[in-house]
Amino acid sequence: MYEQIAANKRRTALLVLGAVVFLGLVGYAIGRLLEAGPLGLALALGLAAAMSLGSYYGGDRIVLASARAREVSREEEPRLHNIVEGLAIAAGVPKPRVYIVPERAPNAFATGRDPEHASIAVTQGLLETMNRVELEGVIAHEMAHIVDRDILVGTVVATLVGAAVLLSEFFLRTWWWGGVGRRRGDERGGGPVELVLFAIGLVMLILAPIVAQIIRLAVSRNREFLADAEGALLTRYPPGLASALRKIAAASGIPMRSANNATAHLWLAQPSRVEGERMGLLERLFQTHPPIEERIRRLEEM
Amino acid sequence: MSAGMATWIVLGALGAIALWAVWVFNRLVALRNRVEAGWAQIDVQLRRRYDLIPNLVETVKGYAAHERELFEEVARARARAIEAAVVPGLDEAENEITRGLRRLLAVAEAYPDLKASEAFLALQEELTATESKIAYARQFYNDQVMRLNTLIGSFPASLIARAFGFRPREFFSIDDPARGPAPVDLSG
Repeated sequence: MYEQIAANKRRTALLVLGAVVFLGLVGYAIGRLLEAGPLGLALALGLAAAMSLGSYYGGDRIVLASARAREVSREEEPRLHNIVEGLAIAAGVPKPRVYIVPERAPNAFATGRDPEHASIAVTQGLLETMNRVELEGVIAHEMAHIVDRDILVGTVVATLVGAAVLLSEFFLRTWWWGGVGRRRGDERGGGPVELVLFAIGLVMLILAPIVAQIIRLAVSRNREFLADAEGALLTRYPPGLASALRKIAAASGIPMRSANNATAHLWLAQPSRVEGERMGLLERLFQTHPPIEERIRRLEEM
Repeated sequence: MSAGMATWIVLGALGAIALWAVWVFNRLVALRNRVEAGWAQIDVQLRRRYDLIPNLVETVKGYAAHERELFEEVARARARAIEAAVVPGLDEAENEITRGLRRLLAVAEAYPDLKASEAFLALQEELTATESKIAYARQFYNDQVMRLNTLIGSFPASLIARAFGFRPREFFSIDDPARGPAPVDLSG
Protein backbone atom coordinates (compact mmCIF):
# COMPACT_ATOMS: atom_id res chain seq x y z
CA MET A 1 0.00 0.00 0.00
CA TYR A 2 2.81 2.41 0.83
CA GLU A 3 4.52 1.59 -2.49
CA GLN A 4 1.18 2.29 -4.16
CA ILE A 5 1.01 5.74 -2.57
CA ALA A 6 4.60 6.57 -3.49
CA ALA A 7 4.08 5.35 -7.07
CA ASN A 8 0.97 7.52 -7.43
CA LYS A 9 2.79 10.60 -6.20
CA ARG A 10 5.63 9.90 -8.63
CA ARG A 11 3.16 9.44 -11.48
CA THR A 12 1.46 12.73 -10.69
CA ALA A 13 4.78 14.59 -10.68
CA LEU A 14 5.66 13.03 -14.06
CA LEU A 15 2.30 13.99 -15.52
CA VAL A 16 2.63 17.58 -14.39
CA LEU A 17 6.18 17.74 -15.69
CA GLY A 18 5.02 16.31 -19.03
CA ALA A 19 2.25 18.90 -19.28
CA VAL A 20 4.65 21.73 -18.49
CA VAL A 21 7.21 20.56 -21.08
CA PHE A 22 4.52 20.04 -23.72
CA LEU A 23 2.90 23.44 -23.21
CA GLY A 24 6.34 25.06 -23.04
CA LEU A 25 7.25 23.60 -26.45
CA VAL A 26 3.96 24.69 -27.98
CA GLY A 27 4.38 28.18 -26.54
CA TYR A 28 7.94 28.38 -27.81
CA ALA A 29 6.83 27.30 -31.31
CA ILE A 30 4.05 29.90 -31.39
CA GLY A 31 6.46 32.54 -30.16
CA ARG A 32 8.89 31.67 -32.96
CA LEU A 33 6.18 31.69 -35.62
CA LEU A 34 4.77 35.03 -34.50
CA GLU A 35 8.28 36.40 -34.04
CA ALA A 36 7.44 37.33 -30.48
CA GLY A 37 10.60 35.67 -29.21
CA PRO A 38 10.61 34.21 -25.69
CA LEU A 39 7.27 35.82 -24.85
CA GLY A 40 5.38 32.76 -26.12
CA LEU A 41 7.48 30.43 -24.04
CA ALA A 42 7.04 32.57 -20.94
CA LEU A 43 3.29 32.77 -21.42
CA ALA A 44 2.98 29.04 -22.03
CA LEU A 45 5.07 28.19 -18.98
CA GLY A 46 2.95 30.56 -16.91
CA LEU A 47 -0.19 28.87 -18.22
CA ALA A 48 1.25 25.42 -17.53
CA ALA A 49 2.15 26.41 -13.98
CA ALA A 50 -1.32 27.85 -13.40
CA MET A 51 -2.93 24.71 -14.82
CA SER A 52 -0.82 22.40 -12.69
CA LEU A 53 -1.44 24.32 -9.49
CA GLY A 54 -5.11 24.63 -10.38
CA SER A 55 -5.45 20.91 -10.99
CA TYR A 56 -3.66 20.06 -7.74
CA TYR A 57 -5.54 22.43 -5.46
CA GLY A 58 -8.83 22.87 -7.31
CA GLY A 59 -9.04 19.74 -9.44
CA ASP A 60 -11.61 18.11 -7.17
CA ARG A 61 -13.91 21.13 -7.44
CA ILE A 62 -13.56 21.20 -11.24
CA VAL A 63 -14.28 17.49 -11.54
CA LEU A 64 -17.28 17.71 -9.18
CA ALA A 65 -18.64 20.73 -11.03
CA SER A 66 -18.25 19.04 -14.42
CA ALA A 67 -20.28 16.10 -13.11
CA ARG A 68 -22.84 18.63 -11.75
CA ALA A 69 -22.43 17.02 -8.32
CA ARG A 70 -24.20 18.60 -5.35
CA GLU A 71 -22.99 18.29 -1.77
CA VAL A 72 -25.60 16.67 0.48
CA SER A 73 -26.03 17.06 4.23
CA ARG A 74 -26.38 14.30 6.80
CA GLU A 75 -30.05 15.21 7.27
CA GLU A 76 -30.79 14.75 3.57
CA GLU A 77 -29.01 11.41 3.18
CA PRO A 78 -28.43 9.83 6.60
CA ARG A 79 -27.81 6.35 5.20
CA LEU A 80 -25.16 7.46 2.69
CA HIS A 81 -23.43 9.65 5.28
CA ASN A 82 -23.41 6.82 7.81
CA ILE A 83 -21.89 4.38 5.33
CA VAL A 84 -19.19 6.84 4.27
CA GLU A 85 -18.36 7.58 7.90
CA GLY A 86 -18.23 3.89 8.80
CA LEU A 87 -15.79 3.06 6.02
CA ALA A 88 -13.66 6.11 6.80
CA ILE A 89 -13.36 4.70 10.33
CA ALA A 90 -12.44 1.28 8.92
CA ALA A 91 -9.75 2.82 6.70
CA GLY A 92 -8.50 5.17 9.43
CA VAL A 93 -8.94 8.35 7.34
CA PRO A 94 -11.03 11.50 7.94
CA LYS A 95 -14.58 11.36 6.63
CA PRO A 96 -14.69 12.60 2.99
CA ARG A 97 -17.31 15.08 1.77
CA VAL A 98 -20.40 13.51 0.25
CA TYR A 99 -21.90 14.50 -3.13
CA ILE A 100 -24.78 13.34 -5.29
CA VAL A 101 -24.76 13.41 -9.10
CA PRO A 102 -28.22 13.75 -10.71
CA GLU A 103 -27.96 10.75 -13.05
CA ARG A 104 -30.13 7.67 -13.42
CA ALA A 105 -27.25 5.31 -14.20
CA PRO A 106 -25.81 3.76 -11.01
CA ASN A 107 -22.18 4.84 -10.63
CA ALA A 108 -19.78 6.59 -8.23
CA PHE A 109 -16.37 8.26 -8.08
CA ALA A 110 -13.92 9.77 -5.61
CA THR A 111 -11.74 12.83 -6.09
CA GLY A 112 -9.37 15.09 -4.15
CA ARG A 113 -5.64 15.33 -3.57
CA ASP A 114 -5.21 13.37 -0.30
CA PRO A 115 -7.38 11.73 2.38
CA GLU A 116 -7.66 15.07 4.19
CA HIS A 117 -9.14 16.71 1.08
CA ALA A 118 -11.29 13.99 -0.44
CA SER A 119 -14.83 13.77 -1.77
CA ILE A 120 -17.03 10.85 -2.72
CA ALA A 121 -19.82 11.34 -5.26
CA VAL A 122 -22.55 8.83 -6.06
CA THR A 123 -25.31 9.06 -8.62
CA GLN A 124 -28.97 9.29 -7.72
CA GLY A 125 -29.41 6.00 -9.57
CA LEU A 126 -26.90 4.27 -7.30
CA LEU A 127 -28.77 5.38 -4.18
CA GLU A 128 -32.05 4.17 -5.62
CA THR A 129 -30.93 0.75 -6.83
CA MET A 130 -28.48 -0.42 -4.16
CA ASN A 131 -29.21 -1.86 -0.73
CA ARG A 132 -27.01 -1.10 2.26
CA VAL A 133 -24.54 -3.94 1.77
CA GLU A 134 -24.04 -3.08 -1.91
CA LEU A 135 -23.62 0.62 -1.12
CA GLU A 136 -20.99 -0.32 1.47
CA GLY A 137 -19.14 -2.31 -1.19
CA VAL A 138 -19.15 0.63 -3.60
CA ILE A 139 -18.09 3.19 -0.99
CA ALA A 140 -15.34 0.85 0.25
CA HIS A 141 -13.97 0.66 -3.31
CA GLU A 142 -13.89 4.48 -3.47
CA MET A 143 -12.33 4.65 0.01
CA ALA A 144 -9.52 2.38 -1.24
CA HIS A 145 -8.88 4.82 -4.11
CA ILE A 146 -8.66 7.61 -1.53
CA VAL A 147 -6.24 5.75 0.75
CA ASP A 148 -4.00 4.75 -2.18
CA ARG A 149 -3.95 8.34 -3.58
CA ASP A 150 -5.41 7.08 -6.87
CA ILE A 151 -7.65 10.12 -6.56
CA LEU A 152 -4.64 12.44 -6.90
CA VAL A 153 -3.50 10.98 -10.23
CA GLY A 154 -7.04 10.60 -11.48
CA THR A 155 -8.00 14.18 -10.65
CA VAL A 156 -4.85 15.74 -12.10
CA VAL A 157 -5.26 13.69 -15.30
CA ALA A 158 -8.92 14.69 -15.55
CA THR A 159 -8.24 18.41 -15.22
CA LEU A 160 -5.16 18.47 -17.48
CA VAL A 161 -6.91 16.47 -20.19
CA GLY A 162 -10.04 18.56 -19.73
CA ALA A 163 -7.99 21.71 -20.19
CA ALA A 164 -6.34 20.30 -23.32
CA VAL A 165 -9.74 19.45 -24.80
CA LEU A 166 -11.05 22.93 -24.00
CA LEU A 167 -7.98 24.61 -25.51
CA SER A 168 -8.15 22.58 -28.71
CA GLU A 169 -11.83 23.44 -29.13
CA PHE A 170 -11.05 27.08 -28.46
CA PHE A 171 -8.30 27.18 -31.09
CA LEU A 172 -10.33 25.31 -33.69
CA ARG A 173 -13.35 27.54 -33.18
CA THR A 174 -11.34 30.73 -33.30
CA TRP A 175 -9.88 29.59 -36.58
CA TRP A 176 -13.27 28.50 -37.89
CA TRP A 177 -15.02 31.76 -37.16
CA GLY A 178 -12.02 33.73 -38.38
CA GLY A 179 -12.18 31.63 -41.54
CA VAL A 180 -15.87 32.34 -42.09
CA GLY A 181 -15.22 36.05 -41.77
CA ARG A 182 -12.54 35.77 -44.43
CA ARG A 183 -14.79 33.98 -46.85
CA ARG A 184 -17.23 36.84 -46.58
CA GLY A 185 -14.66 39.05 -48.23
CA ASP A 186 -12.87 40.37 -45.17
CA GLU A 187 -9.34 40.88 -46.45
CA ARG A 188 -7.47 40.79 -43.15
CA GLY A 189 -7.78 36.97 -42.77
CA GLY A 190 -5.24 34.34 -43.67
CA GLY A 191 -2.51 35.86 -41.53
CA PRO A 192 0.02 33.85 -39.55
CA VAL A 193 -2.07 34.08 -36.40
CA GLU A 194 -4.97 32.15 -37.83
CA LEU A 195 -2.72 29.63 -39.45
CA VAL A 196 -1.04 28.99 -36.12
CA LEU A 197 -4.37 28.69 -34.31
CA PHE A 198 -5.57 26.21 -36.88
CA ALA A 199 -2.35 24.23 -36.62
CA ILE A 200 -2.60 23.99 -32.82
CA GLY A 201 -6.21 22.94 -32.95
CA LEU A 202 -5.42 20.30 -35.54
CA VAL A 203 -2.41 19.01 -33.63
CA MET A 204 -4.49 18.70 -30.48
CA LEU A 205 -7.17 16.85 -32.39
CA ILE A 206 -4.58 14.41 -33.66
CA LEU A 207 -3.19 14.17 -30.15
CA ALA A 208 -6.49 12.93 -28.71
CA PRO A 209 -5.66 9.22 -29.19
CA ILE A 210 -2.22 9.79 -27.73
CA VAL A 211 -3.74 11.57 -24.75
CA ALA A 212 -6.08 8.62 -24.32
CA GLN A 213 -3.06 6.33 -24.28
CA ILE A 214 -1.45 8.51 -21.61
CA ILE A 215 -4.56 8.24 -19.45
CA ARG A 216 -4.45 4.48 -19.81
CA LEU A 217 -0.83 4.40 -18.77
CA ALA A 218 -1.41 6.73 -15.83
CA VAL A 219 -4.50 5.01 -14.49
CA SER A 220 -3.90 1.36 -15.23
CA ARG A 221 -6.73 -1.12 -15.21
CA ASN A 222 -4.98 -3.01 -12.48
CA ARG A 223 -5.79 -0.41 -9.90
CA GLU A 224 -9.51 -1.07 -10.33
CA PHE A 225 -8.89 -4.70 -9.38
CA LEU A 226 -6.70 -3.47 -6.54
CA ALA A 227 -9.36 -1.09 -5.23
CA ASP A 228 -11.96 -3.88 -5.50
CA ALA A 229 -9.73 -6.12 -3.39
CA GLU A 230 -8.84 -3.44 -0.84
CA GLY A 231 -12.47 -2.40 -0.60
CA ALA A 232 -13.42 -6.00 0.10
CA LEU A 233 -10.76 -6.02 2.80
CA LEU A 234 -12.44 -3.02 4.44
CA THR A 235 -15.96 -4.45 4.43
CA ARG A 236 -14.71 -8.05 4.89
CA TYR A 237 -17.55 -8.93 2.51
CA PRO A 238 -16.65 -9.24 -1.22
CA PRO A 239 -20.18 -10.31 -2.32
CA GLY A 240 -21.44 -6.80 -1.48
CA LEU A 241 -19.43 -5.10 -4.22
CA ALA A 242 -19.91 -8.07 -6.58
CA SER A 243 -23.66 -7.71 -6.30
CA ALA A 244 -23.41 -3.94 -6.83
CA LEU A 245 -21.31 -4.44 -9.96
CA ARG A 246 -23.85 -6.94 -11.27
CA LYS A 247 -26.59 -4.33 -10.87
CA ILE A 248 -24.42 -1.73 -12.58
CA ALA A 249 -23.75 -4.10 -15.48
CA ALA A 250 -27.48 -4.73 -15.81
CA ALA A 251 -28.09 -0.97 -16.01
CA SER A 252 -25.31 -0.28 -18.53
CA GLY A 253 -27.86 0.77 -21.17
CA ILE A 254 -28.70 3.97 -19.27
CA PRO A 255 -26.62 6.85 -20.65
CA MET A 256 -24.74 9.31 -18.43
CA ARG A 257 -24.97 12.82 -19.76
CA SER A 258 -22.45 14.36 -17.39
CA ALA A 259 -19.66 11.86 -18.13
CA ASN A 260 -16.93 12.75 -20.60
CA ASN A 261 -13.66 11.37 -21.88
CA ALA A 262 -11.61 13.47 -19.47
CA THR A 263 -13.31 12.07 -16.37
CA ALA A 264 -14.37 8.59 -17.52
CA HIS A 265 -11.47 6.92 -15.71
CA LEU A 266 -12.59 8.28 -12.34
CA TRP A 267 -15.91 6.45 -12.26
CA LEU A 268 -16.49 3.11 -10.57
CA ALA A 269 -17.66 1.60 -13.86
CA GLN A 270 -17.03 2.85 -17.39
CA PRO A 271 -19.68 5.52 -18.08
CA SER A 272 -21.17 6.03 -21.53
CA ARG A 273 -23.09 8.92 -23.05
CA VAL A 274 -24.57 6.67 -25.70
CA GLU A 275 -27.89 4.99 -25.07
CA GLY A 276 -27.86 1.19 -25.20
CA GLU A 277 -25.09 -1.34 -24.76
CA ARG A 278 -22.68 0.13 -27.29
CA MET A 279 -20.26 2.98 -26.70
CA GLY A 280 -19.30 5.93 -28.87
CA LEU A 281 -16.19 5.67 -31.04
CA LEU A 282 -14.15 8.10 -28.96
CA GLU A 283 -15.51 6.58 -25.77
CA ARG A 284 -14.18 3.19 -26.76
CA LEU A 285 -10.80 4.80 -27.38
CA PHE A 286 -10.84 6.20 -23.87
CA GLN A 287 -11.93 2.93 -22.26
CA THR A 288 -10.00 2.69 -19.00
CA HIS A 289 -11.84 0.02 -17.03
CA PRO A 290 -11.40 -3.74 -17.04
CA PRO A 291 -14.51 -5.67 -18.11
CA ILE A 292 -17.05 -5.64 -15.30
CA GLU A 293 -17.63 -9.41 -15.59
CA GLU A 294 -13.97 -10.03 -14.85
CA ARG A 295 -14.16 -7.83 -11.75
CA ILE A 296 -17.22 -9.69 -10.51
CA ARG A 297 -15.52 -13.03 -11.12
CA ARG A 298 -12.45 -12.02 -9.09
CA LEU A 299 -14.61 -10.76 -6.22
CA GLU A 300 -16.50 -14.03 -6.17
CA GLU A 301 -13.26 -15.97 -5.92
CA MET A 302 -12.07 -14.08 -2.81
CA MET B 1 44.06 -0.91 7.15
CA SER B 2 44.97 2.23 8.99
CA ALA B 3 43.60 3.13 12.41
CA GLY B 4 41.87 6.18 10.95
CA MET B 5 39.87 4.15 8.49
CA ALA B 6 38.79 1.66 11.14
CA THR B 7 37.51 4.53 13.24
CA TRP B 8 35.43 5.78 10.32
CA ILE B 9 33.96 2.34 9.71
CA VAL B 10 32.98 1.99 13.38
CA LEU B 11 31.51 5.49 13.40
CA GLY B 12 29.56 4.74 10.23
CA ALA B 13 28.15 1.52 11.67
CA LEU B 14 27.16 3.29 14.90
CA GLY B 15 25.45 6.01 12.86
CA ALA B 16 23.49 3.45 10.86
CA ILE B 17 22.37 1.71 14.05
CA ALA B 18 21.32 5.02 15.58
CA LEU B 19 19.28 5.89 12.45
CA TRP B 20 17.59 2.49 12.54
CA ALA B 21 16.79 2.91 16.25
CA VAL B 22 15.21 6.31 15.57
CA TRP B 23 13.17 4.82 12.74
CA VAL B 24 11.90 1.94 14.90
CA PHE B 25 11.10 4.33 17.75
CA ASN B 26 9.10 6.63 15.48
CA ARG B 27 7.23 3.68 14.01
CA LEU B 28 6.37 2.46 17.52
CA VAL B 29 5.10 5.89 18.50
CA ALA B 30 3.04 6.19 15.29
CA LEU B 31 1.47 2.76 15.84
CA ARG B 32 0.76 3.47 19.50
CA ASN B 33 -0.99 6.69 18.52
CA ARG B 34 -3.05 4.85 15.91
CA VAL B 35 -4.04 2.23 18.49
CA GLU B 36 -5.09 5.00 20.84
CA ALA B 37 -7.01 6.82 18.11
CA GLY B 38 -8.69 3.52 17.24
CA TRP B 39 -9.70 2.99 20.84
CA ALA B 40 -11.04 6.54 21.11
CA GLN B 41 -13.14 5.92 17.99
CA ILE B 42 -14.62 2.73 19.48
CA ASP B 43 -15.42 4.71 22.59
CA VAL B 44 -17.19 7.44 20.60
CA GLN B 45 -19.34 4.91 18.76
CA LEU B 46 -20.19 2.89 21.91
CA ARG B 47 -21.30 6.09 23.61
CA ARG B 48 -23.39 6.94 20.60
CA ARG B 49 -25.13 3.60 20.98
CA TYR B 50 -25.73 4.13 24.71
CA ASP B 51 -27.40 7.42 23.79
CA LEU B 52 -29.62 5.78 21.21
CA ILE B 53 -30.91 2.98 23.46
CA PRO B 54 -33.28 5.04 25.68
CA ASN B 55 -34.77 6.66 22.56
CA LEU B 56 -35.35 3.32 20.92
CA VAL B 57 -36.87 1.82 24.07
CA GLU B 58 -39.22 4.81 24.42
CA THR B 59 -40.34 4.53 20.81
CA VAL B 60 -41.00 0.79 21.01
CA LYS B 61 -42.76 1.23 24.39
CA GLY B 62 -45.33 3.47 22.74
CA TYR B 63 -46.52 0.53 20.65
CA ALA B 64 -45.60 -2.54 22.70
CA ALA B 65 -45.82 -1.54 26.36
CA HIS B 66 -46.17 -5.12 27.61
CA GLU B 67 -42.61 -6.11 26.63
CA ARG B 68 -41.45 -4.56 29.90
CA GLU B 69 -39.08 -7.38 30.75
CA LEU B 70 -37.12 -6.91 27.57
CA PHE B 71 -36.86 -3.14 28.11
CA GLU B 72 -35.47 -3.65 31.58
CA GLU B 73 -33.00 -6.22 30.35
CA VAL B 74 -31.65 -3.84 27.70
CA ALA B 75 -31.45 -1.01 30.22
CA ARG B 76 -29.50 -3.23 32.66
CA ALA B 77 -27.04 -4.30 29.97
CA ARG B 78 -26.53 -0.66 29.03
CA ALA B 79 -25.83 0.33 32.64
CA ARG B 80 -23.35 -2.52 33.03
CA ALA B 81 -21.52 -1.58 29.84
CA ILE B 82 -21.21 2.06 30.87
CA GLU B 83 -19.76 0.94 34.18
CA ALA B 84 -17.22 -1.47 32.70
CA ALA B 85 -15.08 0.94 30.71
CA VAL B 86 -12.11 -1.40 30.27
CA VAL B 87 -11.53 -4.20 27.81
CA PRO B 88 -12.00 -7.45 29.79
CA GLY B 89 -15.49 -6.67 31.16
CA LEU B 90 -16.55 -4.39 28.35
CA ASP B 91 -16.77 -6.82 25.43
CA GLU B 92 -19.04 -9.16 27.46
CA ALA B 93 -21.39 -6.29 28.36
CA GLU B 94 -21.35 -5.03 24.78
CA ASN B 95 -22.31 -8.43 23.43
CA GLU B 96 -25.21 -8.46 25.84
CA ILE B 97 -26.40 -5.08 24.56
CA THR B 98 -26.15 -6.30 20.99
CA ARG B 99 -28.27 -9.36 21.78
CA GLY B 100 -30.84 -7.25 23.61
CA LEU B 101 -31.08 -4.75 20.75
CA ARG B 102 -31.57 -7.51 18.22
CA ARG B 103 -34.49 -8.87 20.23
CA LEU B 104 -35.89 -5.36 20.56
CA LEU B 105 -35.83 -4.91 16.80
CA ALA B 106 -37.28 -8.38 16.32
CA VAL B 107 -40.19 -7.42 18.59
CA ALA B 108 -40.77 -4.35 16.47
CA GLU B 109 -41.29 -6.63 13.47
CA ALA B 110 -44.61 -7.71 14.96
CA TYR B 111 -46.01 -4.15 15.03
CA PRO B 112 -46.62 -2.78 11.52
CA ASP B 113 -47.54 0.72 12.82
CA LEU B 114 -44.30 0.92 14.76
CA LYS B 115 -42.24 -0.41 11.89
CA ALA B 116 -43.67 2.19 9.55
CA SER B 117 -43.29 5.15 11.91
CA GLU B 118 -40.76 7.72 10.86
CA ALA B 119 -39.17 8.00 14.30
CA PHE B 120 -38.58 4.25 14.40
CA LEU B 121 -37.13 4.14 10.89
CA ALA B 122 -34.71 6.97 11.69
CA LEU B 123 -33.67 5.27 14.92
CA GLN B 124 -33.25 1.97 13.16
CA GLU B 125 -30.98 3.59 10.56
CA GLU B 126 -28.90 5.24 13.28
CA LEU B 127 -28.65 2.02 15.24
CA THR B 128 -27.71 -0.06 12.22
CA ALA B 129 -25.10 2.53 11.25
CA THR B 130 -23.71 2.74 14.77
CA GLU B 131 -23.46 -1.05 15.00
CA SER B 132 -21.48 -1.18 11.80
CA LYS B 133 -19.32 1.78 12.86
CA ILE B 134 -18.52 -0.04 16.09
CA ALA B 135 -17.57 -3.08 14.05
CA TYR B 136 -15.42 -0.99 11.70
CA ALA B 137 -13.76 0.84 14.59
CA ARG B 138 -13.02 -2.51 16.23
CA GLN B 139 -11.60 -3.84 12.98
CA PHE B 140 -9.31 -0.81 12.65
CA TYR B 141 -8.29 -1.00 16.33
CA ASN B 142 -7.49 -4.71 16.20
CA ASP B 143 -5.57 -4.20 12.98
CA GLN B 144 -3.38 -1.54 14.55
CA VAL B 145 -2.96 -3.59 17.75
CA MET B 146 -1.77 -6.51 15.66
CA ARG B 147 0.79 -4.32 13.88
CA LEU B 148 2.03 -2.82 17.13
CA ASN B 149 2.26 -6.21 18.85
CA THR B 150 4.07 -7.72 15.88
CA LEU B 151 6.64 -4.95 15.88
CA ILE B 152 7.10 -5.11 19.64
CA GLY B 153 7.44 -8.88 19.51
CA SER B 154 9.88 -9.15 16.63
CA PHE B 155 13.63 -9.06 17.06
CA PRO B 156 15.59 -6.73 16.99
CA ALA B 157 12.88 -4.04 17.20
CA SER B 158 11.84 -5.66 20.49
CA LEU B 159 15.06 -4.29 22.07
CA ILE B 160 14.00 -0.71 21.33
CA ALA B 161 10.43 -1.43 22.41
CA ARG B 162 11.59 -2.84 25.74
CA ALA B 163 14.04 0.01 26.33
CA PHE B 164 11.28 2.61 25.95
CA GLY B 165 8.52 0.69 27.70
CA PHE B 166 6.21 -0.11 24.75
CA ARG B 167 3.83 -2.90 25.76
CA PRO B 168 1.64 -5.16 23.62
CA ARG B 169 -2.05 -4.19 23.68
CA GLU B 170 -5.10 -6.37 24.09
CA PHE B 171 -7.45 -7.19 21.21
CA PHE B 172 -11.11 -6.24 21.34
CA SER B 173 -13.09 -9.37 20.42
CA ILE B 174 -16.72 -9.96 19.45
CA ASP B 175 -19.28 -12.76 19.46
CA ASP B 176 -19.82 -13.37 15.79
CA PRO B 177 -16.51 -13.81 13.98
CA ALA B 178 -18.01 -13.64 10.50
CA ARG B 179 -19.18 -10.05 10.45
CA GLY B 180 -20.78 -9.90 7.07
CA PRO B 181 -23.32 -7.17 6.49
CA ALA B 182 -24.38 -4.93 9.36
CA PRO B 183 -25.86 -7.13 12.13
CA VAL B 184 -29.27 -5.49 12.60
CA ASP B 185 -29.93 -4.69 8.96
CA LEU B 186 -33.64 -5.22 8.46
CA SER B 187 -34.16 -2.56 5.85
CA GLY B 188 -32.66 -4.62 3.02
